[in-house]
Amino acid sequence: MSLLSVQGLRVEFPTRRGVLTALDGVSFDLDRGEILGLVGESGAGKSMTGAAIMGLIEPPGHMAGGQITLEGQRIDQHPERYRGSHIGMVFQDPLTSLNPLQRIGDQLMETLKIHHGLDDATAKRRAMQALDEVGIEGKRRDHYPHEFSGGMRQRVVIALALASDPKVLVADEPTTALDVSIQAQILALLKQLCRDRGTGIVLITHDMGVIAQTTDRVAVMYLGRLVELGATDQVIHQATHPYTQGLMASTPTLAGSVDQDLFQIPGAMPRLDAVPAGCAFHPRCDRAMPQCKTHAPEFDGRRACFWSES
Amino acid sequence: MSRWDSDFVYAFKRSPVACVSAGVVCLLVLAAVFAPWIAPLNPFDMAALNLMNGFTPPLAPNAFTGETFLLGTDDQGRDLFSAILYGLRVSLFVGFAAVALAMFLGVFLGLLAGYRGGWVDTLIMRMADVQVTFPSILIAMLIYGVAQGLIAPDNRGDLAIGILILSIGLSEWVQFARTVRGTTLVEKEKEYVQAARLMGLNPLAVMVRHILPNVTTPVLVIATITLALAIIAEATLSFLGVGAPPTEPSLGTLIRIGQDFLFSGEWWILLFPALTLLLLALSVNLLGDWLRDTLNPRLK
Amino acid sequence: MNVLETQALTQVFDRSQSAWLRRLTGAAIDQLVAVDQVSIQIAPGETFALVGESGSGKSTLARMIVGLDRPTSGQVLLNGEPFNPRQMSHRRQVQMVFQSPYASLNPRWRVQDILREPLQAFGLRKSGQDQAARVSELLDQVGLSQSDGARYPHEFSGGQRQRISIARALASEPTFLVCDEPTSALDVSVQAQVLNLLKQLQKDLGLTYLFITHDLAVVRSMAHHIGVLKHGQLVEQATADRLFADPQHPYTQMLLDAAPVIA
Ligand SMILES: Nc1ncnc2c1ncn2[C@@H]1O[C@H](COP(=O)(O)OP(=O)(O)OP(=O)(O)O)[C@@H](O)[C@H]1O
Ligand SMILES: Nc1ncnc2c1ncn2[C@@H]1O[C@H](COP(=O)(O)OP(=O)(O)OP(=O)(O)O)[C@@H](O)[C@H]1O
Ligand SMILES: [Mg+2]
Ligand SMILES: [Mg+2]
Repeated sequence: MSLLSVQGLRVEFPTRRGVLTALDGVSFDLDRGEILGLVGESGAGKSMTGAAIMGLIEPPGHMAGGQITLEGQRIDQHPERYRGSHIGMVFQDPLTSLNPLQRIGDQLMETLKIHHGLDDATAKRRAMQALDEVGIEGKRRDHYPHEFSGGMRQRVVIALALASDPKVLVADEPTTALDVSIQAQILALLKQLCRDRGTGIVLITHDMGVIAQTTDRVAVMYLGRLVELGATDQVIHQATHPYTQGLMASTPTLAGSVDQDLFQIPGAMPRLDAVPAGCAFHPRCDRAMPQCKTHAPEFDGRRACFWSES
Repeated sequence: MSRWDSDFVYAFKRSPVACVSAGVVCLLVLAAVFAPWIAPLNPFDMAALNLMNGFTPPLAPNAFTGETFLLGTDDQGRDLFSAILYGLRVSLFVGFAAVALAMFLGVFLGLLAGYRGGWVDTLIMRMADVQVTFPSILIAMLIYGVAQGLIAPDNRGDLAIGILILSIGLSEWVQFARTVRGTTLVEKEKEYVQAARLMGLNPLAVMVRHILPNVTTPVLVIATITLALAIIAEATLSFLGVGAPPTEPSLGTLIRIGQDFLFSGEWWILLFPALTLLLLALSVNLLGDWLRDTLNPRLK
Repeated sequence: MNVLETQALTQVFDRSQSAWLRRLTGAAIDQLVAVDQVSIQIAPGETFALVGESGSGKSTLARMIVGLDRPTSGQVLLNGEPFNPRQMSHRRQVQMVFQSPYASLNPRWRVQDILREPLQAFGLRKSGQDQAARVSELLDQVGLSQSDGARYPHEFSGGQRQRISIARALASEPTFLVCDEPTSALDVSVQAQVLNLLKQLQKDLGLTYLFITHDLAVVRSMAHHIGVLKHGQLVEQATADRLFADPQHPYTQMLLDAAPVIA
């Protein structure tokens, strides 16, 4: 049995111009100690998937179908029982998840006391330990968030999310706001955590480099749907969906050269209120066939595409 | 911006408070504008006045002349309904003109303070700080007193309305200036302003062409709220006898006149102008609150 | 000859209190040297990339070069003569594309008015007809359609907005363009479109770029020359091929190692 399982997830937003389907049929599993990457262009529904797992979809949006289970138990009906304890979250902007007026040590201790019912002394010791784990000296527990650099703050947020010993951690673009050198630290930290503690991590990003370096498996999203899912190596080197191939080819690499243009996917992702009929990607796809315009391909556990290499 | 507009209209239609208060304000403004055509009588036409009609209660025939008046008459036999329509005209005119003055002054000073910064900013904002420590009615009375002292008694009647506008306008600019300065500080750091500077535009052009259009939303909200304040300030000044002269009575003047007769039983002379003022100030205020909540949640 | 050259350009931000207040509180002078004696030369038709971590002074240097900020010391040479931002003929030749696709266009203006403004400001096209013709030429150059001119910025996606920004910068027929992280707010797919457009324009119009970014992979596909900035100092400067093959400074080495690579 997998740690976290998302099946047929569908999220709708009723608006006055009709119902928008932000997520449609998103399904994946996450194992213990595994890092699953979630990639796609802006607006593809990556954060929405994270929010659905956390039970944090903003009303009037709501889950209109599918189910989310944690170790076999459904959690989507009462997400508040699991949020913050069994499932932790790290957001892009570390400042929004830290209280600027409270010392970081106190914030950590509070979380520990709430989730584990520890007394002051134990909570303090565990807080020091938690900071130590993310590479921040224990003596800095008396500092306020603004006294840390961006990367250190993000590490504090991770320590905070881990304080309750979650089984699953959802990290929504944890390094997008950071420098490459700090990004490297954070990613190394996440990898180490899931190795040492067996935490399952859903890593949301739009950076293919981050995916390649960190994740075990990767799910590619387009317009609220999964288009490809597989082992990271496989998806990156032998992508089978034209969209994934396009994303890979348009990513600049250190092996590139000035004289060569980058590959570009034509056009832009449409908005949710103008989803094309058939396969949502067909207007931008160079391999679109007649049936792509009329029928939406099913996701078969690996990819959702009619085209096949042969 | 069509999308913004339609969202705005949508929110408006869904809010009963907004619809009702906007309706009342429109009705009152229209009544004031078309007062000469709506009013049954011209209350300032001495020839049309009949002293015998004095103190006629609402909707009851006068004991001597047998004439009936919708809202009754005052001591001089003036039709109260007509007087209120004309009073509304004065009150609204003073209110709108004072807000326009306060807005012009506040927006200009706020833009200047925010964009130039440095000592210009310090000077303007300290001036604003000093001004808000005095109640604006006090400032209005002060300005009013000074102006009265400077003007020859013969001209006072003609200039009274102008002085009223000036004194209320000068006492209400601070809120505009502070908000505009705040927005300007944010906008001027945005890259489109830097792009404009790269075209060699002078600071005035940058302020007027680029920043000004982006501060209109909060200014509109404050203008509406200030309109309610200005109408009340005008009524207060007129009630205290330092505002609109009896020859051009505003709602405040009418209330002051009515007050003399309240305890002798002629309640309507006070009640109807007061109700009109209440209705006007309340609906403008509600509209302003709704605008603030809808257009700019951060202003709260 | 170099299109643009900086000579020991320095920017010091003084964050200390005024002299009398300092005497009162005993606080020390608090100065931040954001850019420290940076000298670079950029040859015509080339792209010079400036890389470095956040806060290393890249944007500050760019702002001095285009004349938005006055340098504390040092100078900028344009075609060999001192660059004077007040002179319209100089001003016209140096333009900038900014990072944020959301903040770099005035939300209250139609795209055609945004593009027409530099034409009027520099007095490049007098009649309304000429201006309209030039606006459609610019829209065409950046791959937007004629009908887009009548729309407002909020109706466009991030990548399209960056195209509009580029069109505005091109309106005054500049020779030198500073691009301050023009794609760091965009998706890879859209980034590829914008980077290709910039390359195409460089070929077609013979433009020279100063390209600022912290993404080394982007640098690889854009730059001929690279300067590495650290704490305001230029620690290394080399041709792109040399820098990637054989980085001299440990900081450059560290940046290269930290960049996520698709193995
Ligand atoms: N409150 C809302 N009402 C309606 N639509 C919404 C709402 N919130 C998000 N959406 C839509 O849901 C879709 C998915 O958004 P989401 O934030 O998950 O994208 P993302 O993949 O995380 O993108 P990014 O990389 O920009 O963070 C988008 O098209 C967005 O416009
Ligand atoms: N107006 C200012 N006043 C004081 N300090 C400033 C000012 N502008 C920038 N700085 C400081 O100068 C340093 C360099 O800033 P700059 O914006 O040039 O960095 P950058 O390399 O562009 O970074 P990023 O990649 O984050 O954009 C920073 O330490 C910054 O805090
Ligand atoms: Mg997101
Ligand atoms: Mg910068």
